[in-house]
Amino acid sequence: MSTATKTEDRSDGPAGVSTESLTALLVAPAGKRPRAGAAAASTAFGWRAMLKIKHVPEQLFDVTAMPIMFVLMFTYLFGGALAGSTEEYIQFLLPGILVMSIIMTTMYTGISINVDIAKGVFDRFKTLPIWRPAPMVGYLLGDMLRYTVAAAVILTVGLILGFRPDGGPVGVLAGVALLLVFSFAFSWVWTMFGLLLRTEKTVMGVSMMVIFPLSFLSNVFVDPKTMPGWLQAFVNNSPVTHLCEAVRGLMAGGRPSADIAWTLGWAGLLLLVFGPVTMRLYARR
Amino acid sequence: MTAGSSAAAIETEGLVKTYGDKRAVDGIDLVIPQGMVYGVLGPNGAGKTTFVKMLATLLRPDGGQARVFGRDVVREADEVRARVSLTGQYASLDEDLTGAENLVLLGRLLGHGKKAARERAAQMLQAFVLTEAADRQVKTYSGGMRRRLDIAASILNTPDLLFLDEPTTGLDPRSRNQVWEIVRAIVGQGTTVLLTTQYLDEADQLASRIAVIDSGKVIAEGTKGELKASVGAGSVHLRLRDAAQRPDAERVLELCLDGMPVQLDPDPFALTARVGAGADGSGAAELASRALAELARAHIAVDTFSLGQPSLDEVFLALTGDGAGSGRSVQEAMA
Repeated sequence: MSTATKTEDRSDGPAGVSTESLTALLVAPAGKRPRAGAAAASTAFGWRAMLKIKHVPEQLFDVTAMPIMFVLMFTYLFGGALAGSTEEYIQFLLPGILVMSIIMTTMYTGISINVDIAKGVFDRFKTLPIWRPAPMVGYLLGDMLRYTVAAAVILTVGLILGFRPDGGPVGVLAGVALLLVFSFAFSWVWTMFGLLLRTEKTVMGVSMMVIFPLSFLSNVFVDPKTMPGWLQAFVNNSPVTHLCEAVRGLMAGGRPSADIAWTLGWAGLLLLVFGPVTMRLYARR
Repeated sequence: MTAGSSAAAIETEGLVKTYGDKRAVDGIDLVIPQGMVYGVLGPNGAGKTTFVKMLATLLRPDGGQARVFGRDVVREADEVRARVSLTGQYASLDEDLTGAENLVLLGRLLGHGKKAARERAAQMLQAFVLTEAADRQVKTYSGGMRRRLDIAASILNTPDLLFLDEPTTGLDPRSRNQVWEIVRAIVGQGTTVLLTTQYLDEADQLASRIAVIDSGKVIAEGTKGELKASVGAGSVHLRLRDAAQRPDAERVLELCLDGMPVQLDPDPFALTARVGAGADGSGAAELASRALAELARAHIAVDTFSLGQPSLDEVFLALTGDGAGSGRSVQEAMA
């Protein structure tokens, strides 16, 4: 084989590219070409997301440092006032803060899609004969890993601060699983914004406007009974409230069937509405 | 489709793409045969990239139709995608990933198993002299390395039709030669290549047939010989020692070159003249050397002198009767 021992581009000679080995590679294999199925293509894109985390580990900052900050801040800020003590409050707060942190983290999906799609690599993905939503699904699969990391971090900090869930490991895992399912569906809102809005900054701005009311106007921090009626109407019907109630129930060892059903219903609705809208925008972009 | 269409790699009829009120592609009709390098030549903004993107299913045409191997690029996009590959003007690579990871990812997306994808990637990296850089992130690659990796990605599964959109723009001459070698090897194996370029030289080196496009329209189409004959054999470029002598030099050249137009360059010392119409170019060399001798006799000192193919500017001048508007940035094809 020719000179493959050069590191710098300029050092390989004009005949650096070996025409013979190239020609041998180009001989098309007889028979039909392989095609990747929907699952294989999505998994490959998920692998791409993992590789990006491996090469740019700083992007895990938002799922490690941020949640730790949230747990510490809100536990000590509200604990004494709302529940008499931080130990009492954290039993109530921790599942909520887990939900809030991860729901807030989903927002970054839209931003990274917006940044990524502006680069040429999507032109190649789009000319491949693969299931169209695979790049998006792959993204979200990678994000599932990030959310799992965030959940592990928050639960660890919680346990250190005195969180003692009655549901045990099974209840806690069930809660996390439900949260991941909802996050996957909810993320399609952000993929839509990521494709719809022109710049990274506008995606960030719009996402904040959606995420702040949605996560704070819920039962994450306090029981909605103290809120005015009109606000209760919103809070009690918010998907975040249902999700939070379900996760709290599961971790406490209960069977919050109604809230689980509401959460899954919302997840299905979000997926059915924002999934197709995302794919339409993707085809146009 | 009709029986005739199976012989063509690409057929377009009245293909149109508009952006606002600008018609980027304005009614292109072309039939591109299989098994050759077909050059699409034009300046920046002529509509080359838009044209290619429609054929590669990346953009939806606003009018007309296009078929690739008899398949409609809109209605049968997936069938088209299975047979074509695109190397865009800007590298379609993931900058955060390494060269090897980029190829393995594509291999898996094309349906290879993990092991097969890895093997194929390693072979490609070796053939393209990128083995040493295989485990470095693409963002650290030079322009030539990126371009090679991008082409490797495009032929990971040998496509029946490869689009190369300005594959050598911005490359140094050595990298450019490497890309040319690769293109020759690819077409040698039976893949049809549609190459866009702003360099006549490049089209000349690689393409069998050429379409010249400007402002979204095809203004000439034919074999290289036909195209060149329509422009003239070549042009001489002179730089004088004394700018004051330029009007004299202009007169001398007009006399010896049988009244061919002489053009005064922006550089006050330089002038360019088209030479002869001899299709083989031999007449041009004779005429040019006679002109040099005449200049010497008139005591006009010449600093540099070159005889070359007509530049793209001159092709446009000949084809349209006025200079290519955006041709200013077009590099002189060669010395």
